Amino acid sequence: MKRTSSNPVAPNVLGGGLPRIDGPLKVSGTATYTSDVNLPGMLYAVPVCATIASGKVTSIDATAARNMPGVKAVYYRGNIKPFFRAAPPKGFSGMLDEKRPPFEDDMVHYWGQYVAVAVARTFEQATAAAHAVKVTYSADSHDVDPNLSVSGKMTEKSKRGDAESAFAAAALKVDQNYVTPTETHNPIELHATVADWHDGKVTLYETSQAVVNHREVLYQMLGVPKSNVRVISHFLGSGFGGKLWPWTHSILAAGAAREVGAPVKLVVTRKAMFQAVGHRPRTQQRIRLGADASGKLVSLQQDFLNHTSILDDYEEDCSEATPFLYSTANLKVMGGLSRKNVGTPTAMRGPGAVPGLFALESAMDELAVALKMDPVELRKRNEPTLDESNGKPFSSRHLQECISTGAQKFGWASRTPDVGSMTRDGLVLGWGMAACTWIAGRFPAEATVILKRDGTAVVETGTQDIGTGTYTVLALVASEATGIPLDRIEVRLGDTILPPGPISGGSLVTGSVIPAVTDAAKGAMKSLLTAATKGANTPFKGVSPDELELVNGRVQRRGSPASGASVRDVLSRANMNDVHHTASSGPTFGAEDKEHSLHSFGAHFAEVTWQPAIARLRVSRVVTVIDAGRILNLKPARNQIEGAVVMGVGMALLEETTYDKRYGAPINANLADYMVCTNADAPTIDVTFLDHPDLLINPMGARGVGEIGLAGTAAAITNAVYHATGIRVRELPVKIEHLL
Amino acid sequence: MELFQLNRATSIPQAVELSRHAKTAQQGADVRFIAGGTTILDLMKLDVERPTCLIDINHLGLDRIEATPDGGLRIGASVRNADLAHHATVMRDYRVLSEALLAGASPQLRNMATTGGNLLQRTRCMYFRDTAMACNKREPGSGCSAIDGENRALAILGTSAQCIATNPSDMNVALAALEAVVHVRGHAGERTVPFHDFHLLPGDTPNRETILEPGDLITHVTLAAPHRGATSTYLKLRDRASYEFALASAAVIVDASGGRFNHVRIAMGGIGTKPWRMLDAERALAGAPVSEQSIMNAATVALRDATPQSRNGFKVELAKRCLAQTLRIATGMAHA
Repeated sequence: MKRTSSNPVAPNVLGGGLPRIDGPLKVSGTATYTSDVNLPGMLYAVPVCATIASGKVTSIDATAARNMPGVKAVYYRGNIKPFFRAAPPKGFSGMLDEKRPPFEDDMVHYWGQYVAVAVARTFEQATAAAHAVKVTYSADSHDVDPNLSVSGKMTEKSKRGDAESAFAAAALKVDQNYVTPTETHNPIELHATVADWHDGKVTLYETSQAVVNHREVLYQMLGVPKSNVRVISHFLGSGFGGKLWPWTHSILAAGAAREVGAPVKLVVTRKAMFQAVGHRPRTQQRIRLGADASGKLVSLQQDFLNHTSILDDYEEDCSEATPFLYSTANLKVMGGLSRKNVGTPTAMRGPGAVPGLFALESAMDELAVALKMDPVELRKRNEPTLDESNGKPFSSRHLQECISTGAQKFGWASRTPDVGSMTRDGLVLGWGMAACTWIAGRFPAEATVILKRDGTAVVETGTQDIGTGTYTVLALVASEATGIPLDRIEVRLGDTILPPGPISGGSLVTGSVIPAVTDAAKGAMKSLLTAATKGANTPFKGVSPDELELVNGRVQRRGSPASGASVRDVLSRANMNDVHHTASSGPTFGAEDKEHSLHSFGAHFAEVTWQPAIARLRVSRVVTVIDAGRILNLKPARNQIEGAVVMGVGMALLEETTYDKRYGAPINANLADYMVCTNADAPTIDVTFLDHPDLLINPMGARGVGEIGLAGTAAAITNAVYHATGIRVRELPVKIEHLL
Repeated sequence: MELFQLNRATSIPQAVELSRHAKTAQQGADVRFIAGGTTILDLMKLDVERPTCLIDINHLGLDRIEATPDGGLRIGASVRNADLAHHATVMRDYRVLSEALLAGASPQLRNMATTGGNLLQRTRCMYFRDTAMACNKREPGSGCSAIDGENRALAILGTSAQCIATNPSDMNVALAALEAVVHVRGHAGERTVPFHDFHLLPGDTPNRETILEPGDLITHVTLAAPHRGATSTYLKLRDRASYEFALASAAVIVDASGGRFNHVRIAMGGIGTKPWRMLDAERALAGAPVSEQSIMNAATVALRDATPQSRNGFKVELAKRCLAQTLRIATGMAHA
């Protein structure tokens, strides 16, 4: 992959291109990921997965398995302490997608559901034992049919005006169905839990994007006091949403460890990653657009369905972006669920918006074709002046600048609209574009900053770095707030003993935690400077703390380095070990009566090459422009968007979890048969950030960057595919057989 | 994975002796040779293969590439794919083999995988690799889940009512076109097997994939001297640009001097239950003028007997385009 960036890179300053402070640990293999945790006497657990998709377990015979070498126990319903259900979540606390605790009853609702777990001295022994457990079932008929029909009722997600009548009267219409397949997250790091009990208290090393939430769920399901559960997740080998909420293996590991009396490690296999730890559900969407002859939208309707599991209601809210992206007087969005015998779905990068924007931005392209209008121009004509779904002004919206900047960088002006009309080196070119948007806002967060005698600082907050650079950006923020150099700041994350931090979800961590860390740093500084004026024989006796500053780890009178005293000296004279301050910041996301509509925006321009002689389609380049407020650290921010665009190529051309209709099993449950992009598939990617600070979000004006890079990308690519081939693919992924 | 014993063989006769009393040399063998391990270890982890004894054949001196007295090449069974692909003689005289090897797998896998092992590469049929599902190849008589299932990637040539699994190897396609000879040492001595006879059609016994019997060790593969004046090339069509099996591939060796197809060898991959030599297409081209019409005719002839399944019908057209383009490239009518 070739990379270009249009933003200048200045190292070691906010907004610059600072490498991750945890980079050396990662590239040297010394960062301790969950499955790297090894404890004395630790055993391995391997679950037994159901081989029916619906029915009942009638018997479990573990005699042979128990007698195999190294096997300590085989647990199943009836021979292990039962697990409890957790109370419904309050806001984002206590979130859980698959709510049924393992072994609650004998029912099986999806292929791969855990029905027993083998515990042995080695992973191989536990695997062999799990394989040797004989489970008999009474199978019922199951349904994994990819065609979705609504279970229950459609519900109204958004409405204004009279969309039906306006559509009926519209001069130009698009009425099409779009499908996105089941997708599996597939981070390289497998889900894992290491459970370690002592005196009724358990430490859970987890692959978690949300340790605080994990504790909230697990203490309830294990039936122990909350204070008896500690959850740790220091490094994550990516999650993409799949590791936001607890899954049943975590409870199994904790329960097995409690029962067997030794630490237990459970690493979910790649195959089970397709079964029991969530996925993006299949979606079916009907989009109806009505426009007048000038291209102005007069009606927008979206009816979406997504599959969910038998027991849980997971909604993939495809209407996430629909109500506010474009101006139209008449709009109606309806959504519904379709129940299938599949594992419970969960959030996957850009949930709702990503499949929703594939449909909407494909339909907009179809409308542009029908109007014989440039798709860039069509979007310009439908730019709203405020969020028409709620009448609130946007905190900061620069979508048209994203589009015009992207068009200029891409060279869009030289596009000829006729299908197959552009060629280069014997290849047919297709150029397509799409707009994108993603949520912005803040979760509540708490953080502590400690200034230590040795002149170093510690930042503590119970959020996580899921590979996105949170360690680095918080060190930067603390450094900027305190004047302490970056290499003397330690950031502690991913542990429930720390002040509660937010989930690493929605690309909201950076924007959420910064205010708390900034305030904590300022508070700790104030304490330090106050202490400096009060210690015995302090050189700052009688000086107001406001007249002091901290520069390079020394306290001094403002602008007067010669007056400086070291932090050690200051704290020694005050007989203090350290100073610390804890601060919190409140939410905007999910909060009532907010005054503004908070979103990030962007645009993708994609080029595909098409070689009809051998039906070979490749994505050759993508230009992406993102409006996400102020960019705090360009390098990881660009990295996020590049990764998301690559994921978008996979979504457009490769990724699809296939269920075998007879077995009900995800059949391509491995990294060879479930295709994700390889480096050879990754196009040249040019990422630009507009960098307009959004001061209504937080004092630094920074919104999150991540998921937005995936939103809209697939539509930009399929729009380019249409331009190259004349074939409109409305069901992802685009396959060779679609194009023959 | 079950417990197994690992024996390191120190001589070819010892390797033969250690394996000759195995129940079978085919699916379900209790004794298996291991070289690169890129297939057997995967299948053992999946419980698809459960040998109780592995014989390490990495130390038998089978890792050499040597010229033969008649101008050909002798390739040891444990020569790594990467070494073979980058060997100067292979790159110069057997370009199709180098290209086929480099189109397969990933650099890491090619550094481990061997010539002998690749001859025996197992199918990627998803039902073969999951012990919870019926598969006649893995468990004879249990049924074929693929015929009525997810068969998009499976074979359209050489199928039977019992099995439609594709042979996944790229190397095999090149060796089929090169008319390689497989050299096997068994307890009764050495024998040579023409490449075309080495792999078996599934028929009623899809669990039997080759002519190998207990005690048989592939020692090397030989190639005849390169055909003077011929050019060769390999084209692989697949869903993604790398690390992906062929939906259709073609190995072509052509001498088209004087504007006619004087010498043609064609084999195709990704579409057959074994590496598929296209004898009828070769006959159709023999002596024909180098033209778009000749090429399209050969492509049509090549796929004449294809019997697609519910989801792989597109492979017929894709394979035609693949072969046609490979012939164009080999004759200079198109660029690679």
